[in-house]
Formats: sequence, structure tokens, C-alpha cells
Amino acid sequence: MRTYALVILVLYSITAISQNCNNNLSGTVKDSHDNSPLVGATLIVAGTEQAVQTDLDGNYTITGLCNQEYSIQISHPECLTKGYTIKVSGATTKNFKLEHHLEELNQITIDGKVYKDKSKTLIQSGLSIEEIEKFSNGSLGDALNSLSGVSSLNTGNTVVKPLINGLHSSRVVIINNGVRMEDQEWGSEHAPNVDINSAGKLTLIKGAGALQYSGDAVGGVIISEAAKVPVKDSLYGKTLFSAASNGRGTTVSSQLTKSYQNGWFGTVQGTLKRFGDFETPDYILSNTGTSERNASINIGLNRFDYGIEGYYSIFKNEIGILRASHLGGAQDQINAINSREPSIIRDFTYNIDAPKQDVTHHLARLKAFKRFESIGKLSFQYDFQANHRLEYDIRRGDDKDKASLDLDLKTHTIMLDLESKLSNSLNLKSGILGRYQNNFADPNTGVRRLIPDYDKYEIGAYLIADYDLNDDWLLEIGGRFDYTYMDVFKFYRTSFWESRNYDQLFPEIVVEELGNQILTNPEYNFYNASGTVGTTYSFNEDYKLFFNYSLASRAPNPSELFSEGLHHSASRIELGDLRFNSEIGHKFSLTFQREKNVFSFSINPYINIINDFIVIEPTEIQQTIRGNFQVWEYRQTNAELLGVDIDASYSFAENFRFEHQFSLVKGYDRTNDTPLISIPAVNTKNGIVYQKPELNSLRLSLQSEYVFRQNEFPNTNFEVFIPETQTTEIVDVSTPPEAYHLLDFDSSIDFKLNNKSTLTVGLGIKNLFNTSYRNYLNRLRYYADDLGRNFLLNLKIDY
Amino acid sequence: MKNLKSVSILFFASLLFIACSSDDENPEPVNEEEIITTVTVTLTPDDGGTPVTLVTRDLDGDGPNEPVITVSGNLNANTSYNGDIILLNETEDPAENITEEVVEEAEEHQFFYTIAGGLNASTEYSNYDSDDNPLGTKFILSAGDASAGTLTFTLRHEPKKPNDGTLGDAGGETDIEATFNVTVE
Repeated sequence: MRTYALVILVLYSITAISQNCNNNLSGTVKDSHDNSPLVGATLIVAGTEQAVQTDLDGNYTITGLCNQEYSIQISHPECLTKGYTIKVSGATTKNFKLEHHLEELNQITIDGKVYKDKSKTLIQSGLSIEEIEKFSNGSLGDALNSLSGVSSLNTGNTVVKPLINGLHSSRVVIINNGVRMEDQEWGSEHAPNVDINSAGKLTLIKGAGALQYSGDAVGGVIISEAAKVPVKDSLYGKTLFSAASNGRGTTVSSQLTKSYQNGWFGTVQGTLKRFGDFETPDYILSNTGTSERNASINIGLNRFDYGIEGYYSIFKNEIGILRASHLGGAQDQINAINSREPSIIRDFTYNIDAPKQDVTHHLARLKAFKRFESIGKLSFQYDFQANHRLEYDIRRGDDKDKASLDLDLKTHTIMLDLESKLSNSLNLKSGILGRYQNNFADPNTGVRRLIPDYDKYEIGAYLIADYDLNDDWLLEIGGRFDYTYMDVFKFYRTSFWESRNYDQLFPEIVVEELGNQILTNPEYNFYNASGTVGTTYSFNEDYKLFFNYSLASRAPNPSELFSEGLHHSASRIELGDLRFNSEIGHKFSLTFQREKNVFSFSINPYINIINDFIVIEPTEIQQTIRGNFQVWEYRQTNAELLGVDIDASYSFAENFRFEHQFSLVKGYDRTNDTPLISIPAVNTKNGIVYQKPELNSLRLSLQSEYVFRQNEFPNTNFEVFIPETQTTEIVDVSTPPEAYHLLDFDSSIDFKLNNKSTLTVGLGIKNLFNTSYRNYLNRLRYYADDLGRNFLLNLKIDY
Repeated sequence: MKNLKSVSILFFASLLFIACSSDDENPEPVNEEEIITTVTVTLTPDDGGTPVTLVTRDLDGDGPNEPVITVSGNLNANTSYNGDIILLNETEDPAENITEEVVEEAEEHQFFYTIAGGLNASTEYSNYDSDDNPLGTKFILSAGDASAGTLTFTLRHEPKKPNDGTLGDAGGETDIEATFNVTVE
């Protein structure tokens, strides 16, 4: 850009012709970000070599100009130098805008923050790139698990679903690079399809307050964003290599970014991950390997007042499910629960056989924005997602290698968002959204569809305002409305259709009767209103109080409406109900925070009252030719979740820091007055970190995690008659496992390779004492222990 | 210029939107391919008497209807029977014989017979897989003195083979569990 300006300068200096010249050119020079006057900006007129500087109000005057075109170069110590061509005719006024230097990495600029606040009155916690890199081997769920108030609902150790303040699946919205993930998130054994290595920052919002993303996040919102690209000429990248002893696996992830001062940039990124069978302290977890392949590319132009960006990513993951967890009826379940070890333990292998999941997720996004002085920043986004999920069960005969579940979910979304700064103290965010989604369940599986074919249309609109009352008080208020229309084609078993009285209630939706099945065409209209109101009060430099109330409203998902049949991975029959309406959550959240170097903390109590909460619970035992199965039915009830999350950090000596986390959540079914199922147990994390920046950024940390036993749970045990022993036995599916304590060690050190490259070496040990334990929130806890000791090696080169 | 670009993108996107609407054809039904709806155990007496059949039939699979169990008659005391088990999927027309698949994959399957509740009888495998481990779609049942009790047939998929003959040791996944009330007279 600078050379370009110089060339023009030179050209013009040649062609400039002296005339009768006494015109003035005057005006102001302002900062294009906030319109503040730029003091001391230098304007040089090519040809005349006349130079003037702006005064304290950013005003300038250049005298003695002719009626002709001039080339003017404007420079300022903190800004990019820019060249302009100005036609002078008489006394001419011209105002200029300059853009601040964006020298340092990750330092763009809005409200002085690299990443924008997602909500101003709900406390946000998050993970920086350094913290995310430690989880290169793991998953998004593993990384989020390190935050207070977040646990995970696991299926084994590779399917990790984030649980925010006790809620998960459809109640947790995941935003990946500005796109709401539509990846069949309803299933509790469906992990988010996000490559943890592509994230530059993870933000967690424990509530529905971030209405620009969704109104149905009864649990919360997780936002993953790519690292920001600086507006300067640069080429940089990083390569991460990590190896783990448990699972004998490695992960390689690489990222390369090229950027230009004119705003153009491009980033390519890829990850390869391969793990074999994982191990507990005592045995191998057969068929728990995983193979992940991801890639993404991002190309765009980022100017201050406009920009356009194209992004595409592919995520492909094959996950083995513990072989011993695939069961027949209740008798198999008793055997599995009563035996201390899984029934199938084989030699270590990298092979992944059935039962397994094979998921591919494509995400494409096109985004453009333009800043208008009058109305603000207007953004347009179109995104497309295609999620293809295959699940393989143990099958017989010709069906052996055929998937039992083959779902294709396609989603198109268009969004138009406007961010306006109405005054220095009033900001407004508004937007509209349209979405179309199609689910196709391939009938060639030879297994009845778990999720039916459907088309879904959504229209949404939101408005959020935040207002700085004064230096201490900030108010935030927002509202959102979503309309959803669903058009579903669902086959019911005639026997089920009749046993539920649907034949009396919904005769009009029957399309066709085919032998023992009925094809129906249910149509739904859901109207969901959501809102938020909150305030932040700053006591002084150090203390802040956040209060937020969020109203969330979530339409039931296809699994809650239409499940009907045996769910192999859970060894139970699951039944949905097509009469469900939306669940409505009211969450009140209070946070008291102190941010200071030596001692900082935050205390966050909350209560979430959810009406028409959709819960699945066991109702009866069903006899089939394969044995007895427990029937789990979805039901709507009124639920209440309350808890507190505490974070604290104290630098008790030079280079030493003590870190503390505590999370407690209680969940109750208020209609039946019973505890809710799958609520995380109280847990606390305490660690000591030693950091010496001058000694190659040496960092050592020791962290203890104590998870209490969950003492509040609904008793869902059932009895079953065992012909072999002629006895009736209790199938204990509800008693939570004992409390456990884990110790983790982590370390890292930097080596400067040359003036551009740094090598970071990290060594860690998870579960230092090789403790055997089971986690209440792991769906495979009945069958096997959790992971044993794991040695980790991380190598990272920044270049 | 930029606005024009935005507008054109918007237009393009909305086109895609419309283009992706699916057609209105009804989806095709799925008939469960692997489901076993019917187990028929035929017990033919050595002495040439009338065979006894034990049938359990559950046409809606894991639907709400319970299996219908029928026993054609009583067994004769101190008689040896040749047992033959046939598995059918009657949701297909004509019914699919699943026994054939089980026999083809004999190494991965095994039937177990559980005699309980005072029934005086014993069983013996009469067919085996290629490793000479029991398969058990055919067996011999020897009825003892007059008694009554239950006879349970369990088919395990991918059990440990060889095993000690108990379900607990064999493990695997239960494909069939059918219990019949049987009387020896």
C-alpha cells in the first residue's frame, strides 16, 4: 500500500504544472474506528512537497493550491499511511479517515477486545489458545470440562458431550465459527463435530442470554472461534504433535496463515488423529479406538469498513464403542453390571469394528459485512451444513457390514445482522434468520428409522440493547422470537400406534397403512419467544456484580417426539411422544467477581426453573423374543436446577499460583418431587501452578480433581426373572459409582529456535496414581472402568 | 459495489434455499431384516409318536405386544426327543428363515438350554460348528420321570467359544430368550 502511494506521488510530481494558485484545502482527519479526531497527522501534497499537521481537533488547512487534482499522502504515528487523490476546485473541504495500525497478532480492535463479548451481563468463561492446545489429543468436550460448571456426558472416553450446569444435548447450543452446529446434537451419544485444533478461542455462556445465536439454549452456549488474522503482511503457522501412552495414539495438527496489509488473508488447517484401544488400570477397553481427520480453509478480505470471508471445513470421525457394551436384554445387563470387568477383553488393536460411529460433517460459510456510518455494521451470512451419521451394530448375515443407522442432515441458514452504536452509551444488536433443514434416514439399513424423515423451516428475529447508565452500571435487555414449522413422515408400528391411543387422537395424520406399520405425516408449528434482561455493576477497579435473567424456549427435538424402538447402545426401548410442546426455562444467574493480579475469584449461584422439561425415564419392562427390556419414556414435567460455580486464583508467592474450582448442581423434578437423572456430582479442582517466564516460559502444574458420589438420583432399578437360576434379580441401573480422586501433572517449556520460531515442549501425566474409577456421567460405567494413567507428550512449533 | 455483491449472494443463497425443498413423495417403509419374530422348537420322539411343538411369536418385535407362546402338548416320560429349532422373520413375505444365517455363522452363535422349576429332563447338543464347539439348532432332549417346569432356549450371538456351557461364562449378546412351560407325563 505504501509503495503504491509513493508511485502515485512520484507520477504526480512529474505531471504537476504550476498555475495561478491560491486555493485552500481544509478539513479534518479522524480515526475511522470511533471518529475521534487524529492529532498530529501529517499531510504531504505531492508535487509541491508542502506538509501540514492536524491540530488538536484534527483540523488541517493546506494553502496555495491550484484548481487541479492533487495526490495527498496522510500519515500518523499510530496509523497506516494512506494516499488520496483530491480534486481541488476553489476552496475545497475534504475529511479523511485513517485506520489504526493493527500490528500485533490477534489485536483487532472492537471495543478494545480481540473477541467481542457475547453477553454483557452473563459472566463468560473461556479457554485461550494456549489452554486449548493442551487438549489437542482430546475433544471439544474434554477442553470445556476444565471449566467450572461444565461436566460431560460421556459414552466411553471419546464421545464427550458438554453438560452445562447439569443440562446437555439440545439444550446446549454450539456455535462453530459463527455457525450454529446442526449435527444431530439431540442424541446423548452424539458428540459435537468440532475439531478442537481449529479453535482459537472457546467461550462458554452458562445461559440463554446470548440471543444473537439462539433462544433455545436452556443450558447454555458454547462458542468456538478461529484465531483472528492480523491486517498486515505476514506468513505464520504452527504445527502441533502430541502423543499419548493410553490408547497409544498420536495427533498431528497444522495451521498456516498468510495475510496482507490490504486485508486479504487465507488460512489452511488440518488435523489427523489416531488412537487404538484405551486402557483402564487393569484391562484393555476393546474396540474404543478412534480415527479423526479434519481440514478447514478460510479465505477473506478484512477491511475496517467492509469485508468478505469464505470458510469451509470437513470433520470426519470414526469412533469405536466398547464391544462389551452391546447387549441383548435384561439378563445380559445383569451379567454385565455384576461382573467387575467387561465381558469382552481382547488384545490391543488400532482396528475399529462394530459397534462404532462414523460421522462426517461439512460446514461451509460465506460472510460479508459493511460498516455504514449511519446505521452501523451490517453483516450477511449464509451457511450450509451436511451431517452424515452412520452407526454400526453387531449384525448377522448379509447385514454384517451394513450400518444400522444412516442419517443425512442438511441445513441451510441465512442471517442478516446489524450492530449499531446509537450513542456512546447505547449499543444495539439486531438480526433476522431463516433456516431450512432436511433429514433423510436411509431405508436401506434394514432397521426401522430411529429419526424420521422431515423438513424443518425456521424464521427468527432478535433485538438486544446494552446501555451504559454511567461508569458503574450497565444494563442489557433483549428479545427474540423463533417460528418453527416441521413436516414429518414417520412410520409407526401399528401395535404402538394403537397402544398409545394415537389412532383415536390423530386419525387425520395417517397417510397409509402397510401391514404392521402405519405411515403418518405429523406437522408442527412452534412459536418460541425468548428474552434476557441483565445488569452489571462495577464497584471499583476490582469488583463486579453481574445479574441476568434469561427466558429460553426450546421446541422438542425429533428424538423426543418420535423415538420408538430399541436403542442398542443403551439396551433399552425408548419412546417419544408426538404431543410434546416447547419447554420454557427461566434462569436467574448472579455473579460476584474480583479481578486482580494477586487474588481473583468469581462466585456464580444460579437457579434454572424449566416448565415442561422433557425428561426420559423408565416406566415398565417389556417382554420381547430377545428377552426383557426396560422401557424408557419421554415425559414432560417441571424441573428445577440450582447450583453454584466458584473459581479462584491466588498468587501466594512469586511464580506460584493456587487455582481452585468448585461446582455444585442439584436437579429436581418438581412434579414428582424426585431428583433428576444424570445430574453431575459435586466436584472440586485444586491446583498449584509454577510459572517462570524468564526461564523459557517454564510452567509446571499439579492438579487434583475430586468428584463426590452423586447421592441424589432417581431409583430406576427394575427386577427381572432369570430362568437359569429361577430367581428374580434387581437390575441396578441407577446407583451411582463411588467418589474418586485424580491427580494430573502438566508441564511446558519454550525454546527459541530462531527469531521467528519457537518450540514448545509439554509433558503431562493424567491420572498419576493409576486410580480405578467410574464416572456417573459415563453411559458405559456399567460395563467398564474409566481410563488409567496416561503419559502425554506435546510438541508445538510456532513459525 | 460491495452492496451489489451482498445482494447477489443473498439472491444466490435464497435460490439454494428454494432449490433444496424436497419433493413430496412418501418415504419407503423399512422392514426389519434381522428381526426374529418366531421361534419354533419341534420335539420329535424317537419312538415315532406325535411331535410336540413349542412356539413363541412376537410379530411387532420390540413393539408393545408381548410374544404369544404356545405348547402343543405334553412330553412322554422316559422318552428321547430329537429337537429342531427354526427361527423365522415373519415381517417379511414370504417369511425369512433366519436359522440358515445362524447355521452359516455357527462359530459366532450358540444355543443354550436351561431346564428349571423341577422339570426332569436333560439335553445334549447334536450339531456343532466347524471348530467342533456346540451350535445347538439341533439337540436331543431326554425326558425323565413325570414332572413339570420350564424349558428356556437362549441364543447367544458372539459368545465366548468354547465355554463351560453356562450363559454366565459364555457372555455375548442375547438374540433369543424363550421360556416354555413344559410337562412330562
